[in-house]
Amino acid sequence: MAERLQLTVNGAESELEASSDTALLYALRNDLGLKGTRFGCGSGQCGACFVLIDGYPAPACDTPLWAAAGKRITTVEGLSKGGGELHPLQHAFLAEQAAQCGYCTSGILISAAALLARNPRPTESEVRAALDRNLCRCGSHNRMVRAVLRAASEIAL
Amino acid sequence: MNTVAESPLKRPGSLERNPKLAQWLRVHRDGAVSIFSGKVEIGQGISTALAQIAAEELGITLERIRMVAADTAVSPDEGVTSGSLSVQDSGVALRRACAQARTLLLKSAAARLGVSVRDLQVADGTVRTAGRSTSFWECADDALFDCEVDETAALRSPRDYQVVGKPAPRRDLPDKIAGRPRFIQDITLPGMLYGRVVRPSYNFAGPVSLDDSKIKSMPGLAAIVRDGGFVGVLAEREDVAISAQRALRLTASWREVDALPRDVHAWLKEHAAEHHVISEKENADAKSRAAKVLEASYTKPYISHASIGPSCAIARIDDGKLMVWSHSQGIFNLRRDLALALGMREDAIVVRHAEGAGCYGHNGADDAALDAALLARAAGGRPVQVQWMRDDEFAWAPCGPAMALSLRAALDPHGDIVDWEHELWSNGHSSRPGRSQGPALAAAWHLARPHERPSAINLPLPAGAADRNAIPIYDFPNQRVVNHYVHEMPVRTSALRSLGAYANVFAIESFMDELAQAAEIDAIAFHLRHLKDPRGRAVIDAAARRAGWSTWKPVEGRGHGIGFAKYKNLGAYCAAIAEVEVEREVRVNRLVLAVDVGLVINPDGVINQIEGGAIQSTSWTLKEEVKLDARGIASLDWEHYPVLKFSEVPVVEVELLDHPELPAAGAGEAAQGPTAAAIANAVAHALGLRVRDLPLTHERIAVAISQST
Repeated sequence: MAERLQLTVNGAESELEASSDTALLYALRNDLGLKGTRFGCGSGQCGACFVLIDGYPAPACDTPLWAAAGKRITTVEGLSKGGGELHPLQHAFLAEQAAQCGYCTSGILISAAALLARNPRPTESEVRAALDRNLCRCGSHNRMVRAVLRAASEIAL
Repeated sequence: MNTVAESPLKRPGSLERNPKLAQWLRVHRDGAVSIFSGKVEIGQGISTALAQIAAEELGITLERIRMVAADTAVSPDEGVTSGSLSVQDSGVALRRACAQARTLLLKSAAARLGVSVRDLQVADGTVRTAGRSTSFWECADDALFDCEVDETAALRSPRDYQVVGKPAPRRDLPDKIAGRPRFIQDITLPGMLYGRVVRPSYNFAGPVSLDDSKIKSMPGLAAIVRDGGFVGVLAEREDVAISAQRALRLTASWREVDALPRDVHAWLKEHAAEHHVISEKENADAKSRAAKVLEASYTKPYISHASIGPSCAIARIDDGKLMVWSHSQGIFNLRRDLALALGMREDAIVVRHAEGAGCYGHNGADDAALDAALLARAAGGRPVQVQWMRDDEFAWAPCGPAMALSLRAALDPHGDIVDWEHELWSNGHSSRPGRSQGPALAAAWHLARPHERPSAINLPLPAGAADRNAIPIYDFPNQRVVNHYVHEMPVRTSALRSLGAYANVFAIESFMDELAQAAEIDAIAFHLRHLKDPRGRAVIDAAARRAGWSTWKPVEGRGHGIGFAKYKNLGAYCAAIAEVEVEREVRVNRLVLAVDVGLVINPDGVINQIEGGAIQSTSWTLKEEVKLDARGIASLDWEHYPVLKFSEVPVVEVELLDHPELPAAGAGEAAQGPTAAAIANAVAHALGLRVRDLPLTHERIAVAISQST
């Protein structure tokens, strides 16, 4: 049954009408129009739909709205500062041309942002381990790892 | 006078089918140029490379170029975006069209300024003479381009290139990295309904029996659509459509067809319907020198496209007209097959391309388009978006075909190959839309009036399909190559990146390595001894140098290996060297690739494609295999179809050998075969034992060990 639900997404309170069993993914994409979070598998296996929930990467496809309520949710759109200024990770991804099709990119940026928040100077193998829950099919892995390391060093400056 | 009809020579690139200049570009008053290409962006960066070519010949900055999304209503028909041919087809046509456009614009500017073209100075579209100026934008006039492309128009010399040959950032990436809506999955049209199709994971025929009594009352469900065995749902919310699909599937039963063979490779050998000898060379004198004969059989399993984003389409039927948005590789062919399946006229259908997730061949994009169109019939003029679920994608997108290969060769006492035989067994490698009598779209086979499922076909040589790269590029005095074509298709197969070249190059280059070992000759030296082609020799040399091949120190459990091919025997040259270590699993530590694609349009684009191809091929080679049970495909999620993870990806180094004076060849598929062979050879050296069945998993290695003892 549809009910009125409150979500805190990218720092703003949003209200929507949906069943509390609905996956967060569809509320983000279709109710709130935040299309950067993408469907990949529906079971948390690929990472394309990762968002930060209270700072930790979690699959929006596998998180019901009742579990997301009251938590701080950050999507890829919320990584950039106000005024559309990109996150240092996004600048680094552009500088490294770290994508081919770009479908997995949002989820990978989310995992990388969570990593840098708790470990600002990760080693290469720490970056790879942190991204292991995200799948990339085009083979852009090494560029993305370089981009995360570049962002870490630029944030530290 | 129609010069096309008179000319016995084909026009270059896609000009043959699209000879009008206005089909290719339009100059706008606001200082921009629209470029129309029938080739589509599938994550490979082609729209950036084509924009570079257009900017170069027009002599304007890249920022002025607007690439128009391919659309059957406005774009040139360039067939399918496949085969690493976009630079040859579309790039060549655009180069000539833009060169002529520049000439016409300069003439128009000269007339406007009352001087001759010789007296003009041009910079980024601004045209000056003795204190006066005009511009391409002021001269823009659609009538100017109402002519055929003049193939003799002077082209800019590669020596003078400003834009082509320089790295250009991908034009689509800013949106994708910022998380802005860009993919077909992100399109929301006013009043759009969400659709899902209810299918089992196996082949079926006839109608479906199901119980929709409980689903009918779901809040937000707009319709349940049935047409024979085709069943779909429409809902106001996407999550409701998915719930209805899942619930309905639990109540449904379909009639299964075609129990699958237990041993696919043995089955292929028993079911070959056509036997084509595709190459034969005889030299009795050389044959008589044979001193040592080797034989080996290799296999490759079915491989899934496994794109991260499942297939998606949007369709709207309004006033008898069908509008479709699709990430198809061939929008004109899709339009034709949609017309066949729906019983509509082609001119009542428009297909517009919208970008999807990474595409590596004929995936479910076209099928999803028919799904959406069938559901749109019940949507009362509202647009319908269908996205397949992960299990739909694994079960219904065509697979890259399984293949069996048997090779036999003879060495003379000096270690020269004097005889070579290569036989392969495979289904066809293309069941794309537009190529058979009926529609090659999955839903069409299950309608109340069903169309027959077409068999996959092979494209003719020299490019070939199952037999792509089966004819060795080496100089052997005796050789025989046979393609055993299997028509029956237990699993739906079609084009996957590099088609048969992946398995053929894996087998040929593995066998070259086995022969080198038997002849006790270093693998690189053995390659060079049999290869005359200087461009091939150059990439092998470059890869060996970069990898430090000659200074490799043998360590237990580690190995290095080489693989080489000229893609299709027509295109890019690629040599790959792999360094691996084998414990329980194979780990690839490093890949070094040297590549010659002729003229390089976008160096970073080529490197990205080669690097991506090598990593994807590593994943295929180490891990990937579509698992089958008696009914159908059993690997329906990422747990059962694992792909290479970040921590398993090797270091990849790519060296480009630039040849600006030579025609540009595509880079997208060149690395697939050489990488697989390099890894397999490195594994053989690490283990002291050959694994000839892909993928090179722990289980396959254990079987090979048990068979050798």
